[in-house]
Amino acid sequence: MAVDGSAPAILEVQGLTVEYITDGPPARAVDDVTFSVRPGEFLGLVGESGCGKSTMLFSIAGLLQPPAEVRDGAVLFKGQDLRRLSERDLRAIRWRGFSVVMQSAMNALNPVKSVGAQFSDAMRAHGTTDAEQIAQRSQEVMRLVGIDPVHLRSYPHQLSGGMRQRAMIAMALLFSPDLILMDEPTSALDVVAQRSLMYQIKELQERLGFAMIFVTHDMSLVTRFSDRLAVMYAGKIVEIGPTPQIFNHPSHPYTQGLFDAFPSMYGERRALIGIPGAPPDLSDLPSGCKFHPRCPQARPECSQEDPVAYQVDDAEVRCVLYKPVKAARG
Amino acid sequence: MTVSVAAAPAGGRLSSGALRNLAQAIRGNRKATVGAALLLLFILIAIFPGVIARDNPSADIYARALNPSFKHLLGTTALGQDIFAQVIYGTRQSLIIAIVAGLLATALSVLIGVTAGYAGGLVDNVLSLVTDIFLVIPTFPLIIVIAAYTKNAGDWVLIAVLVATGWSYGARQLRVQTQSLRNRDFLVAAHLRGERNGRIIVFEILPNMTSLLVANFLGAALYAVLAAAGLQFVGLGNPDIQSWGTMLYWAQNNEALQAGMPLWAIVPGVCLALLGAAFALLNYAFDEMSNPALRPVRRKRGR
Amino acid sequence: MTYVVRRLSFFVVTLWACITMNFLIPRLMPGNPALDMMARYQGRISPVAYKALEVAFGLQTHQSLPAAYVSYLGNLFTGDLGTSLTFFPDSVESVIASALPWTLGLVGLTTILAFILGTVVGMIGAWRRGGKLDSLLPPIFIITSAFPYFWIALLAILVFSINLHWFPLGFGYSNGAHETLTWGFVGDVLRHAILPALTILVTSIGGWILTMRNNMITTLSEDYVSMARAKGLSPGRIMIDYAGRNAILPNLTGFAMSLGFVVSGAVLVEYVFSYPGVGYMLLEAVDNGDYALMQSLFLLITIAVLVAVLILDFVTFAIDPRIRTQS
Repeated sequence: MAVDGSAPAILEVQGLTVEYITDGPPARAVDDVTFSVRPGEFLGLVGESGCGKSTMLFSIAGLLQPPAEVRDGAVLFKGQDLRRLSERDLRAIRWRGFSVVMQSAMNALNPVKSVGAQFSDAMRAHGTTDAEQIAQRSQEVMRLVGIDPVHLRSYPHQLSGGMRQRAMIAMALLFSPDLILMDEPTSALDVVAQRSLMYQIKELQERLGFAMIFVTHDMSLVTRFSDRLAVMYAGKIVEIGPTPQIFNHPSHPYTQGLFDAFPSMYGERRALIGIPGAPPDLSDLPSGCKFHPRCPQARPECSQEDPVAYQVDDAEVRCVLYKPVKAARG
Repeated sequence: MTVSVAAAPAGGRLSSGALRNLAQAIRGNRKATVGAALLLLFILIAIFPGVIARDNPSADIYARALNPSFKHLLGTTALGQDIFAQVIYGTRQSLIIAIVAGLLATALSVLIGVTAGYAGGLVDNVLSLVTDIFLVIPTFPLIIVIAAYTKNAGDWVLIAVLVATGWSYGARQLRVQTQSLRNRDFLVAAHLRGERNGRIIVFEILPNMTSLLVANFLGAALYAVLAAAGLQFVGLGNPDIQSWGTMLYWAQNNEALQAGMPLWAIVPGVCLALLGAAFALLNYAFDEMSNPALRPVRRKRGR
Repeated sequence: MTYVVRRLSFFVVTLWACITMNFLIPRLMPGNPALDMMARYQGRISPVAYKALEVAFGLQTHQSLPAAYVSYLGNLFTGDLGTSLTFFPDSVESVIASALPWTLGLVGLTTILAFILGTVVGMIGAWRRGGKLDSLLPPIFIITSAFPYFWIALLAILVFSINLHWFPLGFGYSNGAHETLTWGFVGDVLRHAILPALTILVTSIGGWILTMRNNMITTLSEDYVSMARAKGLSPGRIMIDYAGRNAILPNLTGFAMSLGFVVSGAVLVEYVFSYPGVGYMLLEAVDNGDYALMQSLFLLITIAVLVAVLILDFVTFAIDPRIRTQS
């Protein structure tokens, strides 16, 4: 485990709130979210479709487009608030400090430019103009992900799905960034390719030491490889903590429901339990705790007040079930 | 002409409140409202010309080349006719041609485009080839050639020619749309239920393409208006009927611009432009409705 | 390669279809107006030429249709298009040869300019989404693209020629000027070309702007544009190299499709300005019942459009690597 517990957090998200402007009331995709990522840490971010996880990733990277807007909050990367930076300063940090890997490489790579040309675009944008240097670095990162550098000449449509995805990861490594944001990078692949790519990503992370936020809806994939796990529901992080703890003793009823829906291959047979109901409309959220209409352990006060995060061992859980007699946090 | 592939809406039958939805959609989109208002105005003028213009448009009893005055709102022509009356009465001709040719051309587009998209295979290849051929051929020279042979043969020949040259663009769009709908689940279900192809096309596919059909009609109508006016302008239409195009023809023949009667040449053109603009605005608005990405973005300032 | 073959065969098939249409149309027309025309040729041209005209216009009643078709094709390929009635005794080919450069210059150059300008404006307009330019562009250009070409031409004449006396009323060059390649003549030609060129430009540019804008908007929502931003590329590079290069591809196809429309409008513009190009000759021929000239001009205009479409197909082939590398 390459996580350095004593070093300062590389990324600190504080009170981030993102809304989508609609014809009606705005949809709150990210609601007052606070968390941090340590250097070298693999943070998995899970939740159902539409819970706001991709939006959160994009807002951290500063890639939101209208009608999405950041309403409030700070995103501190190595101590600097990305939101307060000028476009120019932000551009200088982009890709060098942190990079992004998207879900579908077919859509994320420019179809009319060769892979190598897209690599060199990034390098040129950050001051490297020497063709020799560009070629060298490009070949280096391709070899890192296991692709023959001859494919730098290829166009995206000429590569297989798995190769494209790895090429995208190679591109993300060009400047050896400290943080990589990954938005479901394996969803577009078949199961076998998924596994092999995950191993490769994990290996790269241990070798190069970058931190990672890995967004996915595939629980089994992420619990196997991540250090910490954050569970998101209706725009809020309802549980966040070390993966082993969350996997073995999920605290929040929603997390429990998620794990119940993914039975283990080993162990005793049991009935598949889903979570009844459907995720809420983000522009018309329930009062109090957003999960209470679907929660099997809901109490009367759940519809009244939105719980704050309580400490449960090494994790934080937003659920009144864990409210201590004396409050751990206000 | 806009090139947009309409995003296919969810499957299902046409809702009963369709007309109400249409009215709401028009009111919601500013371009559509302006376009619809203009069109309505022209329709009213076409139906009740006598209410607005007192004079008989063909009566050449007035003094020639008069300037605009209270008695003759737009002056008179070189032949002593009241220009305002001519413009008002000419509305009917242009509108009728536009609407009739537009409807027929759209019908032909549907026939060819939807069949091609639905049938696939050889039928599709042949029909697409024919469509592409007609699409590429410059239509106005073709119309001129045909009109040259059929001079004064009547309105229906004109409409036939307009339809024969104006269907191809719509057919292409409809084919693409039909193809994207063809493999949708609700169509497969209809097939399994035993519905025959004809029924499927009419009752399942067409209702899901209403905004595209309307956009096609408007595009075809626009084309018909301009092409008909162009023909009449160069003297290949019937010079005795009252229409904006023929007004322009007579104006050009009498050198209206140079002889100090600019309104005679300009005003019918303004009407053509406005009617054309009405069709174009509505057409674009319906394109926007099928493809939400094109709608105007409200950019919030500040923060 | 299959793309090239496909586009070439489309070209050949469409060409054949137009030639055949040209052959069939006079035969399908009621009342056979060609008969009147033939009477005017009687005794004034050679028997061979007379016969060729009979074939072209379906007046040979004792020759079967297929045989006539073959003769017609033969005449076509030897370049024998007949004698013009309007400009008797000039041959049709010579009339075409003298009119073609005018049209190529005016219409050809203006259309290309309008397309390039329109594409750039549309690209920038879409880039600054939500800004003032974006909310003004669509309504204005929707309306202007619906204007009749000839009306704009008339307006242009009224304002710039009659009222302001800035430009001449029409024609290709001033009366009595010598057709030599001196600066004086060239300047004269340009002065006469400005109003017609502006008319075509103003009327056709709206369509290009809107098409490019719409394509750009769709392209800007693509993931690779977000990725380009994520990489920290400059806005200019993203707009041109990532968004623009992709957005322009369907635009080229659209350009090809609407060439027929633009050429149609250009015919009317030439007519209004009495500009001695192919379109003007076409209408002159119609006025004079000069069917031989008329049909040849129609064929020429069509072929020109087809060739332009083919060129655009090749340009697309060169720009889009997805088509290029398909084996």
